[in-house]
Amino acid sequence: MRNNGGYLSQACSAAEQLAWLYNEALNLGDPTLPMIPQPFGGVPAPGNDDYVTGAGYNGPFEPQYDRLFIAPAHYALVAYATLIETGRMSAEGLEMFNKDGSSVEMIGAEHSPGMEVHNGTLGIGLSTGAGLAYGRRLRGEPGEVCVFMSDGEVQEGQTWEAIQACAHHGIDNVWAIMDVNDQQCDGAMSSVMEVRDIATKMRAFGATVVEIDAHDLDAMRQARKEPHKGQPLIILAHSSPTQGMSFLQKRFPRLHYVRFKSEQERNEMNISIAKELGVEPVEFEKH
Amino acid sequence: MVEMVTRPYAGAFEKYALANKDVLCMSADLTSSCEIDGFRDRHPEQFMSMGMAEQNMLSFAGGLGLAGYRPFIHTFGVFTYRRPYDQLMASIAYPRRKVRLMGFLPGVTTPGGMTHQAIEDIAIMRAMPNMSILETGDATEVESLCEAADSIDGPVYCRVLRGTVPRLFDSPIKVGEMRELSHGDDILVVTAGITTEEALRAKTALVNAGVSIRHLHLNTIKPFDSKRLLDHLQSVKHGVITLENHVINGGIGSLVAETIAEAGIQKKLVRLGLKDTYAHGGSRSYLMRYYGLDALALVNGIENLMNIETNIDADDLESARVDAVHSSAKAEAL
Repeated sequence: MRNNGGYLSQACSAAEQLAWLYNEALNLGDPTLPMIPQPFGGVPAPGNDDYVTGAGYNGPFEPQYDRLFIAPAHYALVAYATLIETGRMSAEGLEMFNKDGSSVEMIGAEHSPGMEVHNGTLGIGLSTGAGLAYGRRLRGEPGEVCVFMSDGEVQEGQTWEAIQACAHHGIDNVWAIMDVNDQQCDGAMSSVMEVRDIATKMRAFGATVVEIDAHDLDAMRQARKEPHKGQPLIILAHSSPTQGMSFLQKRFPRLHYVRFKSEQERNEMNISIAKELGVEPVEFEKH
Repeated sequence: MVEMVTRPYAGAFEKYALANKDVLCMSADLTSSCEIDGFRDRHPEQFMSMGMAEQNMLSFAGGLGLAGYRPFIHTFGVFTYRRPYDQLMASIAYPRRKVRLMGFLPGVTTPGGMTHQAIEDIAIMRAMPNMSILETGDATEVESLCEAADSIDGPVYCRVLRGTVPRLFDSPIKVGEMRELSHGDDILVVTAGITTEEALRAKTALVNAGVSIRHLHLNTIKPFDSKRLLDHLQSVKHGVITLENHVINGGIGSLVAETIAEAGIQKKLVRLGLKDTYAHGGSRSYLMRYYGLDALALVNGIENLMNIETNIDADDLESARVDAVHSSAKAEAL
């Protein structure tokens, strides 16, 4: 609200999924990085010995713990909010969002809280997760690798390369939950590039697939129990991009990045969303 | 007569990988073409077939790097960066994963034409932060490549020679150290990879013509020791000539040009290589002649730079070594 818009619909569609991952589904240790994020500390380079990724907010790298990749880095805002709500990051972290010199970047970078790899280029997350999972299996580590994905990524060929590689090598210590909100930058996916039946295609490529309602926690819990020996498990979580913020329906189908069209719209949305969420409207800073 | 070595990479990789259990061998459907078919058959537990899917392979290798492995990716050079450039940047170069990209068929060493000839790979990799670049020029360098590449703290791209490879040197690659092959004072010749052999073919004829050559062979292109190069530049009277199996923009010709310009010294520079052009399919010796990458092109370049006539013609040069296109030392005619 204060930033005059943002990646709001991603929060609507994915809030329950991320909450479930952090609260129940993943075995994560306590955070290893300060509750208030450090400023940007430079990129990986020879001599930058203090460089760390944001993975420490998800706990330490120990064999028994799971690892999480947020494949669509545009979901950073809702991912940061989840870190705050689960006590892994201080609320001050969000004040640094998209500010110059901050590590709490708009498109999550490796060094952003909760992130471990760069995923802003869509479609590379599952491959990286599969590689890490294979490596962890070779090392005999019990911890698994979870990739949070978005449905737009199925338009990229690499996603299918990753699924076939997982199946070929029997990589079953990687699993994914995909936010299927039928939205992408240009609008509804069906209008931008029809992807047809994702579940059938994924099964044909060698994944175990379960389809659920993304706003139903019990369905998630049940889906995670699906046996997937020798295959990756992919949970397709069908979501509403306006869940909890009905006002956004007025902007359908251009929901990828919601920029308020007028001060009036911003005010109306502020009051409407606050009411629906049961919180006070946000106070705007002077611009 | 130069000793010829058959498939030097095959044995060298196997020996190195077996002694280093965190090395994983990855291949994208070019296993025998990259001389690792024996390794695959004997050590399947350390081998991964990734299929014709380079984008996934590179990100997957990045993930293996996160788990502490050091993947050696084997494919033709072009396939390590053209299609999967985004993955190379995001999954390997940016996070400095210890991935070793073994790029076979550098430049015009293949009759496979544009789709198989990595002619701008060095320019691309030089522009990529965190990436190192090694290039092999003989069998000894190929044999020592795995250890040299694996000593680098970060990702590295290597131009690898395969099949029948001449032995020109008797000491292994030392990362960051250029080879000083002759110490004349008329002109500096800088070569890398297969062009070093070409420069050596012209050596006797040039000596007989009274031209004093200072010859440097580069096996480490990034990081690069500009200071050492400057010392050599200042030791010659007439200037410097570069000969590369690559386009002249962004490769070692550019590297030398940048060094000269940044130091503010006045030296003539002639850059020989592919002159802003694609090549086509043909034998190595044909392509090197056609595009001006061979010993004769070097002699002509020296004549132009020094404004002299040497009267050297093709018959005065040591005979070009002609690889049989259908040699059994290679998996295919490529």
